[in-house]
Amino acid sequence: MKQRLEREVIAMRAAKELMDGDYVNLGIGLPNLCALHIPEGVIFHSENGALGYGPLVMQDEVEKADQHYVDAGARYFTPAPGMAIFDLVISFAMIRSGRLITILGGFQVSEKGDLANWNTGEDPLGGTIGGGMDLAVGAKRVIITMEHTTKDGKPKIVKRCTAPLTARKCVDLVITDLAVIEVTPEGLLLKEVAPGWSAAEVQALTEPRLIVARDLKEIEL
Amino acid sequence: MINKVFDSFDEAVADIPDGASIATGCWGTTSLSQNLIAALKRKGAKDLTLIVHNIIPTLFFTEDEVANLPVLLPQLKKLIAGVVGLQVLGAGAFIKEYVEMGLEVEFTSHGTLASRLYAGAAGLGGIYNPVGVGTILEEGKEKRVIDGKEYILEMPIRPDYAFIRGHKADKLGNVVYWGVYREDHPVMAMAAKVTITEVDEIVEVGEIDPEHVVTQGIFVDRIVKVPEGGLGSPQRAKELLFKVAEIDIVRQILFK
Repeated sequence: MKQRLEREVIAMRAAKELMDGDYVNLGIGLPNLCALHIPEGVIFHSENGALGYGPLVMQDEVEKADQHYVDAGARYFTPAPGMAIFDLVISFAMIRSGRLITILGGFQVSEKGDLANWNTGEDPLGGTIGGGMDLAVGAKRVIITMEHTTKDGKPKIVKRCTAPLTARKCVDLVITDLAVIEVTPEGLLLKEVAPGWSAAEVQALTEPRLIVARDLKEIEL
Repeated sequence: MINKVFDSFDEAVADIPDGASIATGCWGTTSLSQNLIAALKRKGAKDLTLIVHNIIPTLFFTEDEVANLPVLLPQLKKLIAGVVGLQVLGAGAFIKEYVEMGLEVEFTSHGTLASRLYAGAAGLGGIYNPVGVGTILEEGKEKRVIDGKEYILEMPIRPDYAFIRGHKADKLGNVVYWGVYREDHPVMAMAAKVTITEVDEIVEVGEIDPEHVVTQGIFVDRIVKVPEGGLGSPQRAKELLFKVAEIDIVRQILFK
């Protein structure tokens, strides 16, 4: 079987989308791995009310943790110079006013850029909405990081989402362990493939038709 | 001067009747009004509606150590929440038995809940919200197109009570918070008919710089001090933090 990208590598590729001065909100799980690779000057937003916070507290430095400083995933962060604290009305005004870029996880992305990432649809109590819908609708750019297929090999990039939607037509870019795909008005544009993978091989694991970019290249970090 | 300071948490929640609605903050065990939650449990009022951003099981503590929201589950008729449980632990499985016994659960998004509370606070008739369009959140709600974009009408929330975890309050009820304990407490205090705050410290009028007041006294009705070293105190929270950090699986979730 061909090698797919490690989760850490997906995160590194996603981090390349950010620049000095960007405000960014990272979802729980794979998106959070991006934090280690993000360029200097990027400012982190946590929807429970912090902007510009410092690095997360590592497992071997527990004594630095303060219960008053946790991110939206309940992980301890360190305060940083220039940090701001605010309530949720303000936090979600930041989110819905299109000032943030968000990197989120996904269960399914459709060819129109619909996103399903809060509940697989098997159990009404089996997932939580949280701030994901707000971020998907409100962010100026929505980047999805996920595995290209489910554990049993089914495509996660689909014609129509079968899992309950998070938001319609919200995704701008999908970064998987096989490819980088942009959502365009014409359809899904395959821009990059994992080393050793061809466009046809990626297409075979993708439900909707992919438009192959003229300058298709291998994923670079 | 009107006296807003109560000597005990039990007195502060004594008038909460069966059927009341209560908004409170919770982000994990962070920002919980633990003493008010414990007092409401002791009081035993039932058929309550709980309005929270997150309700998450307390897996590693006893109820003497942390009074978390799930202790109120047997007293609830309805739950309005953005996050119910943790995805990695099977999300809402821990409330399933209550749902089977008739607990009504209304899912919301965090931003939608904050905005609905703001609408309730500000005397607005509702909000047109772009979040939730095309999802389960639009079911049964009025839709409207404004400037070519679809919105759904979300109704205001006006809770009967709010439990607010402040850091410091003066005797007029002006409150400042500490870190992300602020959470959604300011708007919950504004939206509720009766707001009760538990704080680390109660100070004299004039000791809080007016420029630093986050929740103004007009929104706060009752103030109770968290006992030094007691439930929910900074000292206790710190001890518990170190205790959970010794458990491998928890350390991996809470730390990098």
